[in-house]
Amino acid sequence: MTEPSARFDPAKAAPILLQHGHAGWLGLKYHAHGEDWTELVLPWREDLLGEADRPVLASGPIVSLMDMASGLCIWTRMGGFNAIATLDLRVDYQRPARDRADVIGHAECYKLTRSAAFVRGIAHDGDPADPVAHIAGVFMSIQGDSRNV
Amino acid sequence: MSDSFSQLTPYARSLGISLAGEEDGAPVLTFDFGTMVEGRPGHLHGGAISGLLETAGYALLRAELTRSGRNHRLKPINITVQFLAAGKRRQTYAKGRITKLGRRNANITVEAWQDDRDRPIATAVMNILMVEADA
Repeated sequence: MTEPSARFDPAKAAPILLQHGHAGWLGLKYHAHGEDWTELVLPWREDLLGEADRPVLASGPIVSLMDMASGLCIWTRMGGFNAIATLDLRVDYQRPARDRADVIGHAECYKLTRSAAFVRGIAHDGDPADPVAHIAGVFMSIQGDSRNV
Repeated sequence: MSDSFSQLTPYARSLGISLAGEEDGAPVLTFDFGTMVEGRPGHLHGGAISGLLETAGYALLRAELTRSGRNHRLKPINITVQFLAAGKRRQTYAKGRITKLGRRNANITVEAWQDDRDRPIATAVMNILMVEADA
């Protein structure tokens, strides 16, 4: 029996990929996608604050948001689900996210080779023209183990 | 040991990060493997590793500033994480080193490891700005 090869659809895959583990704990959700980009949402949560005395979201969850959005945009551009590993991820923080604001992570796979995927993106809390952070990442294909997510 | 080491952020506490000890005045932070930090099955999520690295960097800088009587507000500028090996189903540690501590900025490197200290699973470089607390 041969399954018809369906093109990777982040809108359908995200709920499954994001329900377990770290992504599930953060409550990451699918937001939107295009041919080579994917957007996820990180909902506001009181216990993700980076400072005890100020309502400012920690930067750690932003890294997680952008790492997951990056993986999804790579699979979206590939059109299939292949094992990848993050080699390098850089996050430049422009400003703190606003109090009680959801954060949207937009990641775009701007170059894909046989062995590497290059991603750039932003995190914003409502206005893409005024980002919370910019990111750049490089991911590597892991051959031979399609179970790796 | 300074109290400042144990003043982890709400995010760090939610993620299960705790203080494992102190080496050369630098806090060693740790978390257990569990669902909260899991990415692909049986492995650590890169975001969770980054969270541990970043928290260790801040804890170190905060401790160093407290020692020198400074009470600055810390503003993250950037973090670059290099992922070197898959994080497995075991305890993970992270410890930072201040490469440069200036009046207005700090440059910190952090390493995370599991069983073997000499084979880190990830490293990070962080730039942090320091502003007067009442500014």
